Amino acid sequence: MIGIIRTLWLTFLHLFHKNDTVPYPETKPYLSPRYRGRIILSRDPNGEERCVACNLCAAACPVDCISLQKGEKDGRWYPEFFQINFSRCIFCGFCEEACPTYAIQLTPDFEMSEYVRQNLVYEKQDLLISGTGKYPDYSFYNVSGLAIPGKDKGEAEREAAPIDIHALLP
Amino acid sequence: MATIHIDGEPHETRDGENLLQAVLEAGVDLPYFCWHPELGSVGACRQCAVKQFNGPDDKRGRIVMACMTPATEGAIISVSDPEAKEFRGEVVEWLMTNHPHDCPVCEEGGECHLQDMTVMTGHRARRYRFEKRTHRNQDLGPFVKHEMNRCISCYRCVRFYRDYAGGQDLAAFASHNNMYFGRAESGTLESPFAGNLIEVCPTGVFTDKQFSKTYSRKWDMRGAPSVCAHCSVGCNTIVNERAGTVRRTINRYNDEVNRYFLCDRGRYGHGYANADTRIRVVGQLIDGVHHQVPSQAAISHFATFAEDGPVIGIGSARASLETNYALRSLVGAAQFSTGLAEPAHGLTLLAADILRTTPAHTPSLHDVEQCDAVFMLGEDALSTAPRLGLSMRQATRHASFLNADRNRIPRWMDASVRMMGQDFISPLMIATPAATGLDDCAVLTQHAAPDDLARLGFAVAHLIDEAAPAVPGLTEAESTVAGRIAEALLAADKPLVVSGTQLGSAALMQAAASIAAALMVRGKPAALSLVLPDANSMGVALMGGLSLDAVCDMARDGKVGTLIVAEADLTRQLAPERVEALLGQVRHFVLIDHSESPLIERAELVLPAAPITHSGGTMVNMEGRAQRFLPVAFPEGPVEVSWRWLRDFAESIGQDDRMAWQTLDDVVAAIARELTVFARIGEAAPSEQYMLESGHIRSQTARVSGRTAIRSHISVRDQPVPPMPDSPLSPTMEGTYSTSMPGALVPYYHAPGWNSEQSLNRFQQEIGGPMRGGYPGVRLVDAAEAVWSSAHYSTDLPETFAPRDGSILLLPESRIFGSEELSALAPAIAERAEPAVVRMAGDGPSEVTLTLDGIRHRLPVLRDDSLPPGLAFYPAHMTLRAFAAPVWVSLETAEALA
Repeated sequence: MIGIIRTLWLTFLHLFHKNDTVPYPETKPYLSPRYRGRIILSRDPNGEERCVACNLCAAACPVDCISLQKGEKDGRWYPEFFQINFSRCIFCGFCEEACPTYAIQLTPDFEMSEYVRQNLVYEKQDLLISGTGKYPDYSFYNVSGLAIPGKDKGEAEREAAPIDIHALLP
Repeated sequence: MATIHIDGEPHETRDGENLLQAVLEAGVDLPYFCWHPELGSVGACRQCAVKQFNGPDDKRGRIVMACMTPATEGAIISVSDPEAKEFRGEVVEWLMTNHPHDCPVCEEGGECHLQDMTVMTGHRARRYRFEKRTHRNQDLGPFVKHEMNRCISCYRCVRFYRDYAGGQDLAAFASHNNMYFGRAESGTLESPFAGNLIEVCPTGVFTDKQFSKTYSRKWDMRGAPSVCAHCSVGCNTIVNERAGTVRRTINRYNDEVNRYFLCDRGRYGHGYANADTRIRVVGQLIDGVHHQVPSQAAISHFATFAEDGPVIGIGSARASLETNYALRSLVGAAQFSTGLAEPAHGLTLLAADILRTTPAHTPSLHDVEQCDAVFMLGEDALSTAPRLGLSMRQATRHASFLNADRNRIPRWMDASVRMMGQDFISPLMIATPAATGLDDCAVLTQHAAPDDLARLGFAVAHLIDEAAPAVPGLTEAESTVAGRIAEALLAADKPLVVSGTQLGSAALMQAAASIAAALMVRGKPAALSLVLPDANSMGVALMGGLSLDAVCDMARDGKVGTLIVAEADLTRQLAPERVEALLGQVRHFVLIDHSESPLIERAELVLPAAPITHSGGTMVNMEGRAQRFLPVAFPEGPVEVSWRWLRDFAESIGQDDRMAWQTLDDVVAAIARELTVFARIGEAAPSEQYMLESGHIRSQTARVSGRTAIRSHISVRDQPVPPMPDSPLSPTMEGTYSTSMPGALVPYYHAPGWNSEQSLNRFQQEIGGPMRGGYPGVRLVDAAEAVWSSAHYSTDLPETFAPRDGSILLLPESRIFGSEELSALAPAIAERAEPAVVRMAGDGPSEVTLTLDGIRHRLPVLRDDSLPPGLAFYPAHMTLRAFAAPVWVSLETAEALA
């Protein structure tokens, strides 16, 4: 008997509590920048694609939902195609952790529902954004040894000028 | 045998090993860079440091380089000693100070020996905060990509390229931190073995330029064991596939055949499997135009052809044994042709016959490397069978090994053995019409016309064994040369004679056989190696069949209703007007092939066959070794392996009782049953039911990526992967894998901690020894039971070559790149192939017009003074498709015409 009255009382008290639910989608909850939502591909500060098609995101992916093919232009590697099957993605963020160039990033956007499952397959043009995402200054080729247009051998960070092998000095 | 103690555990080692080999064979991980099982030790990288103790009482020990220290009885070493570990960690850290931050954009990443060794030593973070040295790269041609920043100066590349393969145009420049490994200036690497630099280099300095164009990480690709289809040596390869395209070919170790290295034709020849020249649809000729038809329609169409007169089948020396046998079964042995015209047909059969009757041993490539005197008679083996040429080059080192043994220097002590052995060179004697790529290591070269070479060969045989027929009318110079050759061969412990079909001369092969037999009579364990034109020439020769000339005769007599050509390009065998005549005289012409040839226009039915990357089968190499290749990619659309088309033909004409084969195993069993010479081909590789530890061996790695995304642009729904036809391997990552799997089934090399192909040492019973799982292929021809008497010596001595006025004898020159049929379709090989030129001696015109088969060809001339007068070389099959045997051609100079 006491139990029943106690429950009724507690339920009555809830009338005066603040609501936990929000009227989504009119009101949206706050999601931190580190939230693991929709995956994007970012660009470096010069506006070039950051992704170098190294395949590490695909290798790290526990559900194997990333597929890409390496292409090469003027010494720069880039993905010829890059597709993510979001109907398989579990938003674990391993791909972002594995990425050596900060190209692949997870964003606080989760509103990706589709009526047609096929539409959950995102191609490169769906993934590539025009900004740098969470890492504004990083450019992979500035720290790697490959020569690309605009950055010759020896011009990366902490690199000496190329050796002149014809010099006689030791 | 010696017993050494590694970290307190006793391990048995072989005699004459170094500590590094002993440690690796014991299954202990010890990092190394400069040591290579085939190149030996030089102690350049200081990475394999271990601690050695003088005895049980020695607690202090001393650090030694494992690769430079012999494993002696009772040696006590410690790999896990803290001081040794620290030493190795510091060495790798020091090597890494200049290594660029490149791995994501490096083709070696994921199968990099440097990555593996760095992880093995535990080096994680770079403490060195100063500048990295950089280098400019060179363009090394279509095969090899150069990125010098990544170099760790282990010297493996120059040791392989210069010391092992005899190349001249790659060298080490500059000193200390500035070390540069490259050419004097940018340009294509000249050696036909340059592609091995990719596997020899422990890091990403030399990477595969063609593979880079369609790059995929090692862990993402499906692999399957294959056999090279581009010459008769039959090197073992692993072919890699991803998303339906063939990506690359790498070496597959077979201790008896190719061991650690491939030639560039084999490494880059697979390009034909992806090329636009592939046939991918079933075509039927309707009103002079090919229309795409369903497979079933084509098969029932064949049934109507078959009612219209006898069916003749033309097989091919580049098709598998199974395909040739299926065709032979369909049409009957009396209507089956080898696909070879005279003289190639007769020569190929003769070669098989010689190998079956000669008392001499038919050597594997590894046996060739052990020989201590080599006589190459009338065959430029470096161009017709490049990997054999590389083995012959190693044979010249035999004397330096003996010298090392005398001075008690272990054979793996590479620098010392080479330095001391500079003047100890086992004789390589070359008798060919012109200079060859092996001349630099030969003690004797003789250039003459094929007939004169054969006479020289017979003269050598006579000098060795009196019972062999004498050669009348030899010049004094020739007698001297013959005397020197005979003397050198008799002085050897294991002499080898190499010849082949290149010059279209039966007398040359007979002469080689006579020399080998004569050496056997004199009690020498001689070896005889005959180079054949194509990958499965020996298989076709052992199977037997009509020559194309006989088929032409039958057609002329109206005895051919339907002609089925399986994977053969007749235009490479018959002159254009003979092809025209043959096709004009048959009522129906059916072509089964995987790549387009000029014949395709004429075929009433064109059926797409699967190339060897897409099918399973058996090929027999020039030593008579049957080897199995397995499919790595699924045949696309209507594409089927040729024998399945032929089986369906048989079914359509009601012959299905004899040819009701479902799987490759069924065909293999049928061949073994019917043809006694092939009775053992089932032993070439395990059957399709083979299971390793209760599962099929997986052909994809455990870390393959993108399984739920790779075809999601077609459909987001996952499709199960169908079983791979004719293969015991599982097509997916599901299955078993172990280092003791059969050598014939290895889909890729991987061992824990060893992601590069250096993990091979885990798969071998001993370093450089057989694979743990066995299966090096099965030898079908063994001369053990051959009965020899001097009556077997060939007495068919040719006359002295006499030059003719106004004519020259045009000899087929075999090019490493461009002559072979399938590899020539590969873009990389086509890029590397040089333009065809007539090579002639003397200060002649810059262009000649040759009249061949009634057609006048205007061709550029290259002066080559190594050729005797009256002879000229022109590449076989390059512009003159059917040119494969010496012909007399009338010669007009361009000037005379003008």
